[in-house]
Amino acid sequence: MSILATNKVRLLVQGITGNEGLFHTQQMMAYNTNVVAGVSPGKGGDWVLDGKVPVFDTVKNAVEVTGANASVIFVPARYTADAIFEAVDGGMELVVCITEGVPVLDMMRVKEYLKGKTTRLIGPNCPGILTPGEVKIGIIPGNISLPGNIGVISRSGTLTYEVLYSLYKEKRGVSTCVGIGGDPVKGMNFVDVLELFEADAKTDAVVMIGEIGGNDEEMAAEFISRQMTKPVAAFIAGISAPPGKRMGHAGAIVEGRSGSAESKIEKLKSNGVKLADYPEQIATLI
Amino acid sequence: MKLHEYQAKNLYAKYNIPIPKGRIATSASEARRLCEELGGKVVVKAQVLVSGRGKAGGVRLVKTPEEAEEVTTSILSMKIKDLPVRKVLVDEAISISKEIYLGITNDRAAQKPVLIACGAGGVDIEEVAQKTPGKIAKMEVDSLLGLRDYQIRDIELSIDLPRQFWRPFGEIIYALWKVYTDCDATMAEINPLVITADNHLVALDAKIVLDENALFRHPDLADLRDIDGEDWAETQGRKFGVSFVKMEGDIGCMVNGAGLAMATMDIISHFGGKPANFLDIGGGASSEKVASAIRLILADRNVKAILINVFGGITRCDEVAEGIVRACRDVASDVPMVVRLVGTNEDKARQILSGASLVYADSLVEGAKKAIDMVRKEDK
Repeated sequence: MSILATNKVRLLVQGITGNEGLFHTQQMMAYNTNVVAGVSPGKGGDWVLDGKVPVFDTVKNAVEVTGANASVIFVPARYTADAIFEAVDGGMELVVCITEGVPVLDMMRVKEYLKGKTTRLIGPNCPGILTPGEVKIGIIPGNISLPGNIGVISRSGTLTYEVLYSLYKEKRGVSTCVGIGGDPVKGMNFVDVLELFEADAKTDAVVMIGEIGGNDEEMAAEFISRQMTKPVAAFIAGISAPPGKRMGHAGAIVEGRSGSAESKIEKLKSNGVKLADYPEQIATLI
Repeated sequence: MKLHEYQAKNLYAKYNIPIPKGRIATSASEARRLCEELGGKVVVKAQVLVSGRGKAGGVRLVKTPEEAEEVTTSILSMKIKDLPVRKVLVDEAISISKEIYLGITNDRAAQKPVLIACGAGGVDIEEVAQKTPGKIAKMEVDSLLGLRDYQIRDIELSIDLPRQFWRPFGEIIYALWKVYTDCDATMAEINPLVITADNHLVALDAKIVLDENALFRHPDLADLRDIDGEDWAETQGRKFGVSFVKMEGDIGCMVNGAGLAMATMDIISHFGGKPANFLDIGGGASSEKVASAIRLILADRNVKAILINVFGGITRCDEVAEGIVRACRDVASDVPMVVRLVGTNEDKARQILSGASLVYADSLVEGAKKAIDMVRKEDK
């Protein structure tokens, strides 16, 4: 078992006829991911990638015909919220949203809508999920990771690749890598994914990659000390970043002092997490 | 995207939020004329896109047109947190009996909008929030349901607002909520919202920050962007489609992805160097964009070495290499470069760069150390 994505997935690609959608569908299929359908409004009835993948106008239609149970979204930002609502209403168990630049108000509405539903959302603005040697949903390069027992969670994109690559160079394998995305309002957060790794028989240790802003890492630190038995190592990016020029007081009132790299590092360390000074050091900590 | 106070006030006024009489001036003589027009005491307020202008002396109460002229001359020559003041707002002075804080922003932890109010508004609101958090009323709002009337009553009760003001105050809160949602704001604030000596409510100040990602829905608001009023680096970055923040060090950085860009700066600092900037070229950057980014880094005279760190995924290393070659050709510069390229089309990139005088690094640690060594050699 690995978390979230296995080779039993029946994947649907929303926005399959766009440049990115098409290119990465090809990459996912080259990694033996079971892509069963694409959705692109107005292009229903077409076939893409040498007739391997049928295209539908709507998610509903695609599900009726192909039995898709998970979706990955590449549609432009202005249509993304609608695409997520459509995937949720289409009964997807998992939705991975790659698109970046989604308005935050749209995402807050999506979050309200997801309450009480069984759909799990990853992203937006994320690289997706990779279960090395088995399945890939998203855009994480497949050739920089080996199968193994380390779970990886990250808020970043290329920094995730950097960490995967440093594990790869040390011949350390990964159970599943989940890029949860860097947007302020998003689907699953660190705690949600840590919970899955803690319960996963194939994962023995977890690497967490965070960055400045918000308090997800602080919440994760509390969860780790309270509920995790597996060791966790982390890297937090942004210790040398200059403080943002804030406007108005509302942000400071809501967030207080949390959000800085120092606050996150301190909180994680005091809850038993090993901290790396730079990404390549992580492999030596677990 | 930040708006100036006068822009925010104009926006609020469209939603029937009461604001003081006032107009914008770009010269001292204009301010003098406005003061005469408004007939008596006025407040001259620096228009800059950053907080803290009051404490920096950018907001002054004046009693005569002569004084308005004098004060405006001095404010227009000021820099507040590095930003030059190019405009002032001249508002009628209002006698205040009470200051209230009112704001709406996105609460990341709750993943919802949150409405904040406090009976003790004004410039020290953050201190109030820290020392006496009990005085701050917060109300999370369901973005699908919208702000409900009962929530407004809850807020009014918890900040001890006298009942006679409930109705006008409620209308202002609701209007602010409409501004926030209609305009895709990430923050909309009135601080202070005052009760005047003759018992009216007036928004004395206004701040609003719009969601850059939602500007496609608001072309009219996008037009309000004040390029002269922003940070130089921010404007340049947007022009070239990169994210750029200038810092004080001497090692220029060019990286793909914000997290990796921060990690690159961190690692330079960790080994004793000083990054000159944060620069994220984003995903899938073209050679043209790469060349512009390098020129942007070289515009900083403090830069003594450049570290280029690209982990190719969507970004193709050969495109980056083409950009490096192009920038080297266009800019006559003897600043040394350390290049670390991994991922998509890495071999092609090495071929393209084989003629250029660059130093290669196989890992991020090695790249950072080499760049630091170069700066140290320069310094000797």
